[in-house]
Amino acid sequence: MASASMAASPGDWAAARPRTEVAYVEAPIRAFAIATMFWGIVGFLVGVVIASQLAWPALNLGLEWTSFGRLRPVHTSAVIFAFGGNALLGTSLYIVQRTCRARMWGGEEMGWWLFWGYQFFIVTAALGYVLGVTQGKEYAEPEWFSDLWLTVLWVMYLLAFAGTIMRREEPHIYVANWFFLAFIITVALLHIGNNVSLPLAITSTFSYAAPAGVQGAMIQWWYGHNAVGFFLTAGFLGMMYYFIPKQAQRPVYSYRLSIVHFWSIIFLYIWAGPHHLHYTALPDWAQTLGMVFSVMLWMPSWGGMINGIMTLSGAWDKLRTDAGLRFSVTAVAFYGMSTFEGPVMSIKAVNSLSHYTDWTIGHVHSGALGWNGFITFGALYWLIPVLWKRARMWSEALIAWHFWLATLGIVLYITAMWVSGIMQGLMWRAYDELGFLQYSFIETVAAMHPYYVIRAMGGLLYLSGALLMAWNVFKTITAGESVEEARVAAPAAQPVPAE
Amino acid sequence: MHELQSLFSSLWVAWFFVLFGGILVWVLWPTRKKTWEERGKMILRDDDRAEKG
Repeated sequence: MASASMAASPGDWAAARPRTEVAYVEAPIRAFAIATMFWGIVGFLVGVVIASQLAWPALNLGLEWTSFGRLRPVHTSAVIFAFGGNALLGTSLYIVQRTCRARMWGGEEMGWWLFWGYQFFIVTAALGYVLGVTQGKEYAEPEWFSDLWLTVLWVMYLLAFAGTIMRREEPHIYVANWFFLAFIITVALLHIGNNVSLPLAITSTFSYAAPAGVQGAMIQWWYGHNAVGFFLTAGFLGMMYYFIPKQAQRPVYSYRLSIVHFWSIIFLYIWAGPHHLHYTALPDWAQTLGMVFSVMLWMPSWGGMINGIMTLSGAWDKLRTDAGLRFSVTAVAFYGMSTFEGPVMSIKAVNSLSHYTDWTIGHVHSGALGWNGFITFGALYWLIPVLWKRARMWSEALIAWHFWLATLGIVLYITAMWVSGIMQGLMWRAYDELGFLQYSFIETVAAMHPYYVIRAMGGLLYLSGALLMAWNVFKTITAGESVEEARVAAPAAQPVPAE
Repeated sequence: MHELQSLFSSLWVAWFFVLFGGILVWVLWPTRKKTWEERGKMILRDDDRAEKG
């Protein structure tokens, strides 16, 4: 197999890339990569701001537009749909072309239309949040007009993706594409299913949701949990199954396990939503169903994690020398950790303590910062030099700094939220000897203050790492050594040590 | 109608079990091991070509 390229020094893989005959669409993918970086920083920054608002409420500034309630969906949407979404659109369109050895269906025009159409959706949605235009559904805040726009765009995305698969030169459809296709189709289904609503008038920015009461809540969390399952999991697993083998220069540990991983996620994930509605008006049988399916999700999660990490089997030394790969592999470890924690929290007895507390926030962030963030950073550190025909990233040292800053940030974040959340849950349920609640609500808020400060510091570290990355990306594009220069210098030259 | 609904929802569970079991058998059948492994290596073939060329 690729023995010579394996022996090559870690930075030199890009120089060994082939020139291929297919004219792949790349310019819009470069734009998606830049947008990922840009929205990532916006999203992390707003996250730091609202984390600080929780520690120091005066930072609300006393203005409605900058209040926590309006900025919080700006943060969640910016990191999930803008940062994560641009990463998914860009990498999926890159991967589907390479693994099918076919030019993207619809060509450059399709790529640019998807790019600008998606940015337009993000800006419309975010402006709406700041101005108070929202459906009030978590992770589905955009109002009906933005929803319609996204629906049209998403169908075009499906056409571009499936169209590329249809014209493939390669007989087998590589597993990453299975995950991406499941992500695209399921998100379309979820988006439409959860946004059936009636506008007050055609000129009104407000609407009423069609389903009411507990049915509405169940549909919202069928959507919400599967946004986690198919947007943040299946889609990013598509990235994992392409970029980790590429970075490690060895095939995935077990391709058969990846197929089993795929089908078990497909069969199980869609049923887990009711665990968001434990001890509510939702019928007990539905709550138990949600819990049981969530616990079963341990199997595909850990199967997938083992598959990702064991891909490095026999090449563990690369973790020491390739900081980009370190991001990807740590991401998979966080995937394993957060998908272990999730099923635990879905068990009703545990949920009665954890629900509505900061423990949930910590859990979400170990998944979002650790899994989604790190797998995206790892992918970008590989993809940026490839897309701009550079031999390597401008500075390997900056990647290492980014890695350790971000990791330390996550550790501060999740440990603070564990302590704060469990303390909060225990304080809420504490009774005195006369049967009265022992603590008033405000006492729990005051007790959480130090942890909120630690959490904000963790977020600040994570943001600082991303700023280093943006600088590194900028320098790679503007001043990095090109593949041609590296080729010319290749026979005698030693790899340039990272400064 | 109600009895039929409960019958069919039970049958649906059974059908999914069979379907998923079938997928497992299809994927894990020993003679297909080699084919699957080849498919997994496909994405690295780019780099091979570069060495030869």
